[in-house]
Amino acid sequence: MYTKKKCVAMLLAGGQGSRLYALTKNVAKPAVPYGGKYRLIDFPLSNCTNSGIDTVGVLTQYQPLVLNEYIGNGQPWDLDKMNGGVHVLPPYETQAGASWYEGTANAIYQNMRFIERYNPEYVVVLGGDHIYKMDYSKMVDFHIANNADCTISVIDVPRAEASRFGIMICDENNKVTDFVEKPKEPKSTLASMGIYVFSWDKLRKYLIENENDANAKRERGEKWSKDFGKDIITSMLRDKQRLFAYEFEGYWKDVGTLDSLWEANMDLLSPSVPLDLYDPSWKIYSRNNYMPPQYVGDNANIENSMIDEGSSIDGIVDFSIVFSGVTVEKDATVKYSIVMPGAVIKSGAVVEYAIVGSDSVIESGAHIGLDPEQVANRDDWGIAVVGHNVTVSENKTVAPKDIIGENI
Amino acid sequence: MSVNYNVLGLIFASMHDSYVSELTKQRTMGSIPFGGRYRLIDFPLSNMVNSGVYEVGVITKSNYGSLLDHLGSGRDWDLSRKKGGLHLLPPYSQTGGIYKGRLDALNNVWSFVEHSKAKYVILANCDVVTTIDFTPVLKQHTDTGADITLIYSKGIYDSEKNSCATILDFNSENCLSDVLVDPQISGECNMWLDMLIISKEFLKKIVSEAASRNQYSFTREILQGKMNEYKIMGYEHKDFFTRIDSVQNYYIANKMLLDTQKRNALFKKNIPVYTKIGDNGPVKYGLESNIKNSLIADGCIIEGTVENSILFRGVKVGKGTVIKNSVILQSTKIGDNCSISSIITDKCVEISDDKVLTGSETYPLYIGKNGRI
Repeated sequence: MYTKKKCVAMLLAGGQGSRLYALTKNVAKPAVPYGGKYRLIDFPLSNCTNSGIDTVGVLTQYQPLVLNEYIGNGQPWDLDKMNGGVHVLPPYETQAGASWYEGTANAIYQNMRFIERYNPEYVVVLGGDHIYKMDYSKMVDFHIANNADCTISVIDVPRAEASRFGIMICDENNKVTDFVEKPKEPKSTLASMGIYVFSWDKLRKYLIENENDANAKRERGEKWSKDFGKDIITSMLRDKQRLFAYEFEGYWKDVGTLDSLWEANMDLLSPSVPLDLYDPSWKIYSRNNYMPPQYVGDNANIENSMIDEGSSIDGIVDFSIVFSGVTVEKDATVKYSIVMPGAVIKSGAVVEYAIVGSDSVIESGAHIGLDPEQVANRDDWGIAVVGHNVTVSENKTVAPKDIIGENI
Repeated sequence: MSVNYNVLGLIFASMHDSYVSELTKQRTMGSIPFGGRYRLIDFPLSNMVNSGVYEVGVITKSNYGSLLDHLGSGRDWDLSRKKGGLHLLPPYSQTGGIYKGRLDALNNVWSFVEHSKAKYVILANCDVVTTIDFTPVLKQHTDTGADITLIYSKGIYDSEKNSCATILDFNSENCLSDVLVDPQISGECNMWLDMLIISKEFLKKIVSEAASRNQYSFTREILQGKMNEYKIMGYEHKDFFTRIDSVQNYYIANKMLLDTQKRNALFKKNIPVYTKIGDNGPVKYGLESNIKNSLIADGCIIEGTVENSILFRGVKVGKGTVIKNSVILQSTKIGDNCSISSIITDKCVEISDDKVLTGSETYPLYIGKNGRI
């Protein structure tokens, strides 16, 4: 027996995150570490729990081992429920054959039976790679108040950046009149955050329609796609459905690239960035790995940084995010960097403007990254990245913009 | 470690509470915060789980609200189980009132022990902090055919500074030959860690005999009284341990964790010490923070200087404040420009700006729960 749920959330977590290169070699993007003790997926999962949404389907496809293990039965997010809870939904085989998820809309289409078990009024569609704290229940209320068919969460972005996003054009009542993906000359600065609330009967109708249309196009050898932004939203606009933009105010960051992942971490150290991880009324939950408190040694010098459990710091840590179980030895330097769980920075090593992946070892005298001030041509500068489980040998250098996925 | 259904664990959560009366005013020995993010009961519970013992009874006495809150369903110790799991055994005495000693307490909970399918029972208290694998102890117990195997460690005992210590002596066959409680001596001794292994059958015999004679002290009636009758043997635990037998020793025991060797002996790689999860953010260090030789738990926000101290979860330290040689329990808030040395603050203490608080290393100043300064 399944109890009816007002809302079911579907979290799209299948993306490869190819622009995170070495960091997503063996790990799906939503499982990438962030903020000292979290993984990206902790944000939408915690938001669901804090918003009162207790039924979440997580659609996985790319490198799911770490992500599946991390989600487990959902207990860290309070999503181990008798009715509902979190369910990992991988692609599967049917009598008609096996099929990978062929786009975001198709992933939901293939799991319509999961949604129908709970007979929901509304379906919330979320991504797994954004950092933000948001009360989805307010967005659902907004959706209901407008008698909307679909509500899209938007954020006002600087005009210069608007051409990187899907842009919504709205009337004075927030009703969406047009949607343009990455416009060269944006007519508005309201960017889609990839968060949708749909009335389930409408979403169901358009998912089936898109599936049939796209399959027909494929048979005819035409271009086809099965995506939310490109297909579902566009079709609904064409049919004059009621689409509304819900303007979100607060911190929101897309961490699709190495630079934005680094920036989103550094944002936590800026007093002007409104993302509070210490608010007891809206905690971000994560799976704990039972490590002792961090030890700070006699030679340590820590300034403006965040450091997690189980770490041992005896060197310099300045403007950095250090995850659990990290060792920074005496005379090692970590500046403006992100050091992921279990990494070891040996004595005499320097890590600056860099990301060091989980369980990697930076041997003595190695130098990762460089201060932008020390780079003659600014275009040559960028974050240096060492992937997971990589050893950088003594006195080796990883230059700015370099991405190392194997031992050197 | 896989599950060993042959062994039942019993933990006394309230043994020796009166020796740390300030700290146990509103809690049991088992729920005293320790080591930045733990409660004392986390150590015996984790030792059992890490040794494959997944059926554990916790014997309570009084003041156990904080203990129940900490343990919940036992899920954080992986003890929310269908087979076995965590069982809280409330106080209740056959003879009326609250139980008097270990034998009396065991008699009261006997129906729980009887119900267990386990063949052996491990008993432990919460006032001894150590990391121990019970597997070799159990092996020695069965190999030697002992009636009782007592776990002890060699340690320095000082009658001036220690209390409620049980000092053991063994003969050349490793059989118990002498038991002294709080003797007027000082020096290296075999100190009982208040842990033992016994078969359920044998425990049943001594508990029912003691009940019929109205005896309740295990140390007096069994260890001292039956030393020559029963085969009582010793197992030496050769690793770090500390006993919490006074507020001063509580302070010293916490500060011992600043010693890397001792800390690594308690928190071994791949042998986790489990505790209730707080879901706090990582520690945040401000622009002017300056930290030396300290243990800092999650959720702390530090703007000032901290030296030779233990900061529990969610402690806030303001700008310009200097904390030295102190043990600051969870959710304590310390304002700006304070100067603090050699103090223990219990939970949720608030110290406003510009305060100067000084205790001494030998007699740390203790500030009670929810104190406002």
